[in-house]
Amino acid sequence: MQFFFEVLIGGLLSGVLYVLVALGFVLIYKASGVFNFAQGAMVFFAALTFVGFRELLPGLTGLDPEGALVFWMAFVLALGAMIVLGILTEKIVLRPLVNQPHITLFMATIGLTFLVEGIAQGIWGANVRGLSLGIADEPVEWIMDSANMLVSKFDLFAAALAGVLVASLALFFQYTKVGRALRAVADDHQAALSIGIPLQQIWAIVWAVAGFVALVAGLIWGARSGVQFALTFTALKALPVLILGGFTSVPGAIVGGLIIGASEKLAEVYIGPFVGGGIEGWFPYMLALAFLLVRPEGLFGERHIDRV
Amino acid sequence: MKLKKTALVAAAVAGLLTSGYAAAASEQFIGLPSYRVGPFGSNGASLYGGWIDYMAMINERDGGINGVKLSWEECETEYNNARGVECYERLKGKGATGNTVFQPLSTGITYSVLEKVAQDKIPMVTIGYGRTDAADGRVFPWVFPMISTYWTQASAIINYIGSKEGGVDKLKGKKIGLLYHDSAYGKESHAILDKLASKHGFTVEKIAVASPGNEQQAQWLQIRQAKPDYVILWGWGVMNATALRTAQKTGYPREKVIGVWWSGSEEDTVPAGDAAKGYTAAGFNVAGANYPVVQDIQKHVYGKSKGNMEDKGRVGSVLYNRGVVHGIITVEAIRKAQEKYGKGKALTGEQVRWGFENLDIDDKRLAALGAAGFMPDLKITCADHEGAGKVKFQQWDGAKWTVVSDWISGDQTVVRPMIEESAAAYAKEKGITPRDCSKEM
Amino acid sequence: MLYREAGQFKASYIEDQQIFPIRQDKIGFIAILAFFSLVVPMIASEYWLQAILIPVLIFSLAAIGLNILTGYAGQLSLGSAAFMAVGAFGAYNFMLRIDGMPFIAALILGGLCAALVGIAFGLPSLRIKGFYLAVATLAAQFFIVWALVKFPWFSNNSTSGVISAQKVEILGFAFDTPVSKYLLTLAVVAVFALLAKNLVRTTTGRSWMAVRDMDVAAEVIGIRPMRAKLSAFAVSSFYCGVAGALYAYTYLGTVEPEGFSLDLSFRILFMIIIGGVASIMGSFLGAAFIVLLPIFLNVAMHALFAGTMPAGLASNLELIIFGGLIIFFLIVEPHGLARLWQIGKEKLRLWPFPH
Repeated sequence: MQFFFEVLIGGLLSGVLYVLVALGFVLIYKASGVFNFAQGAMVFFAALTFVGFRELLPGLTGLDPEGALVFWMAFVLALGAMIVLGILTEKIVLRPLVNQPHITLFMATIGLTFLVEGIAQGIWGANVRGLSLGIADEPVEWIMDSANMLVSKFDLFAAALAGVLVASLALFFQYTKVGRALRAVADDHQAALSIGIPLQQIWAIVWAVAGFVALVAGLIWGARSGVQFALTFTALKALPVLILGGFTSVPGAIVGGLIIGASEKLAEVYIGPFVGGGIEGWFPYMLALAFLLVRPEGLFGERHIDRV
Repeated sequence: MKLKKTALVAAAVAGLLTSGYAAAASEQFIGLPSYRVGPFGSNGASLYGGWIDYMAMINERDGGINGVKLSWEECETEYNNARGVECYERLKGKGATGNTVFQPLSTGITYSVLEKVAQDKIPMVTIGYGRTDAADGRVFPWVFPMISTYWTQASAIINYIGSKEGGVDKLKGKKIGLLYHDSAYGKESHAILDKLASKHGFTVEKIAVASPGNEQQAQWLQIRQAKPDYVILWGWGVMNATALRTAQKTGYPREKVIGVWWSGSEEDTVPAGDAAKGYTAAGFNVAGANYPVVQDIQKHVYGKSKGNMEDKGRVGSVLYNRGVVHGIITVEAIRKAQEKYGKGKALTGEQVRWGFENLDIDDKRLAALGAAGFMPDLKITCADHEGAGKVKFQQWDGAKWTVVSDWISGDQTVVRPMIEESAAAYAKEKGITPRDCSKEM
Repeated sequence: MLYREAGQFKASYIEDQQIFPIRQDKIGFIAILAFFSLVVPMIASEYWLQAILIPVLIFSLAAIGLNILTGYAGQLSLGSAAFMAVGAFGAYNFMLRIDGMPFIAALILGGLCAALVGIAFGLPSLRIKGFYLAVATLAAQFFIVWALVKFPWFSNNSTSGVISAQKVEILGFAFDTPVSKYLLTLAVVAVFALLAKNLVRTTTGRSWMAVRDMDVAAEVIGIRPMRAKLSAFAVSSFYCGVAGALYAYTYLGTVEPEGFSLDLSFRILFMIIIGGVASIMGSFLGAAFIVLLPIFLNVAMHALFAGTMPAGLASNLELIIFGGLIIFFLIVEPHGLARLWQIGKEKLRLWPFPH
């Protein structure tokens, strides 16, 4: 039983990381109806830019490379880069494609994926880099001692950070003017436009916020397995979360992420050995698919009504 | 219309290229199907960087091989089989005598051109990857999986673990975990380890990691549950760093984790940070920039600022040095072939194949190359295209790799029959009559 | 001036319904086919045949398959590469396990295997739509590749999970030279492309399009969405499966499951989007474009910057330009190359007096 809970907790905490990536998808889909496949590439771009600046800054300014000042300067610069990327994407890629079919927009974001990957590695080189956030990925001792259960300090930290991020996003959406406008746009583009909300400005903001989320996700994922190209694959972990939770729902992404994280780990441990293991690649998709057959709009997705 | 227009333009560019690159007769052309973007781009940059730097060094320092300068051209494959085939076909006819040798550094591309190389008479050298049973040169005359195959490596790792336990006979009753990349590459480990397990009486706990392997919580919890005495890490790319990080997270000692050569480079340990400390990995070449051969590259290539590496700090890394090994073997084979077919002449792929098959780099030659201890001595024969069958083990101390063992051989009494059996099955399936090696010279 | 239908009268329904109602189109089609089957084998080098023309043809077939599903029936799929894998491994096993299996039969049986798997993974389409379905087809992509690696039976217990295609022989003639392989591929692709062209003009094809345009409305006018959707999945997967078998037998020779990755699925999707949704012609144009563009960029990069630019940067620049061009194309001509082709034809019709 202790082992079961260990796997369950580990899975839930992994799920938190999927949520981080999935959030970026949801934000953009909700506001502009674009299924942004480039979110994974944005995570990679953000993390690489952050690490790149962190390597570059001490040489330029003579500051301590491990110091907090360099960390935050690199963070701000990377955030700036993400905001610029978001705004440019909106202006150059999406604005000319307004009113095109969803699939065209989707393909455009795949094109964007190549573009962003190329730019990231073109600027910063192909090297794999380490990233330390100062929190060791080790078991928490007192839980280990008292219950012989393994809970990682780093995962707890990541979960807390994700919690703060979600809470601040919720506050931002709920209590600021921009946030209200964002929700209005998400509800109904036409209506929002007709009451004078600057649609394109809002889209640019959403892309910038998604860039910020990508940066946080990139830092956490990068600290776990290094800042390297494989960060773009985090998108594949987020997709089943999206179909389970619904493309348009932030709570859906959170609950979906936790369900996917926990169930894929449990499946790998308890079902995997019977079929040869390595089922994590497809199990979440199958699970989400099975769920969809019961509820086609996902956990919290909006019910789709067909009108003839 | 569009198709034809594109085709015409492409043909024009291609034509331009061939004419521009038609090299002088005293140049030996080597086509490089490299990958510098995509998930394995960082590995490709180091591997091909080391290889190109070594060839540049030969040109700069010695003026080529007996006066024959080396020329090369890269072709981006993105580690993609179809692109690899295109590159193979594109590079095939380049240069005065065609492509000398094809080394794709990707098992997938190796398989895709396996049959073509025999038709086109271009040797394919796959150092440390590719088709294992191609080590049987009687069935695969054109393919050279040199230095060590995966199976030899697996056996050498078991021997190394045995030596740490005080002899392979002490392995009885031990449990060895195998954390493998769930792909064709990872599955290469199964048959040989099963065989060795029954021979030595240990058990193998196989745990698959779904590609790309950036999440391994479940696998390492399984390992924590099963408590194996050692874990063999058979990974590639992001899977390696993640494995080390997750091992730390689940409290598995990294000293007990033994990696294969594609898991044992700076690209794997640096991103894992502190978690990689104490981790050991096999390798058919070692890390370090102090070997005379690397020093020569520094002096003759980087000294004239002609180096290929964008990040000069990586010169001397495991993968960079592996690229240098590719360079050494290629150059030595051409040198050997020139002894037979005429010094100072550009040779065809067929002639260079003879050079590979009769390659003999002994300790004396290694010392002369400035690579003593850098790579194992190597002797290829008609039947044995593997040549060395040895690996060294290196441990990561948090900042660099240090060698912790001498060259350790695999158990050829187990590996060789398996290779021959598998090659014979292939020959039967394809209707190939194996060569009679006593008639070859 | 030459391309004009004036004076060509259609006196019966049959004449009105033929694939190429305009005589010049028919001549043009025959000319193109003759060019590719007679002239090309004589002038094309081995490089062009093996590295470009064969893959373009094979990917065209796969793109037609996906176009049937996505373009005609409106079901977005990201699993085409996996269905290709089923076709390749299916054909391999039929050739392996049944003595004297004719190649063409194995090809079709491989395609049928893919069709069956396609129907199984198409079932969710009855409940799920749009991107939900697209992501759900990823389940097929990952599951099939996993299963092919995992169960050694599929690859005849090969230690590494790869299969190497048997020799192709039809009626005693061995297809082992690049030219013969090219001609075989061309023949198969041409036949299936014509079939597809006809298929989309039948009742089945029309029911696909009705479901695509609005499935509720289609149901109201008496089209059974289940039948339409599943048949689209079946036919589409069949085409992908045949393409996969060709991929193994006439193109690569040896394939591993991982070769049929998500990346390949995306590339096929690109082909139909760039080429033109719901257009057989567009599938060919798109396949040619997506296969040729990276190669062209790579060659052009070498020609322009050889030696002056670090190789890593050059490779990344290729990627950037590739991504950029795709976005550019989507913006400039969202309906794909097929639309350009059509516009060209319209212009030609009026040329040289457009007013």
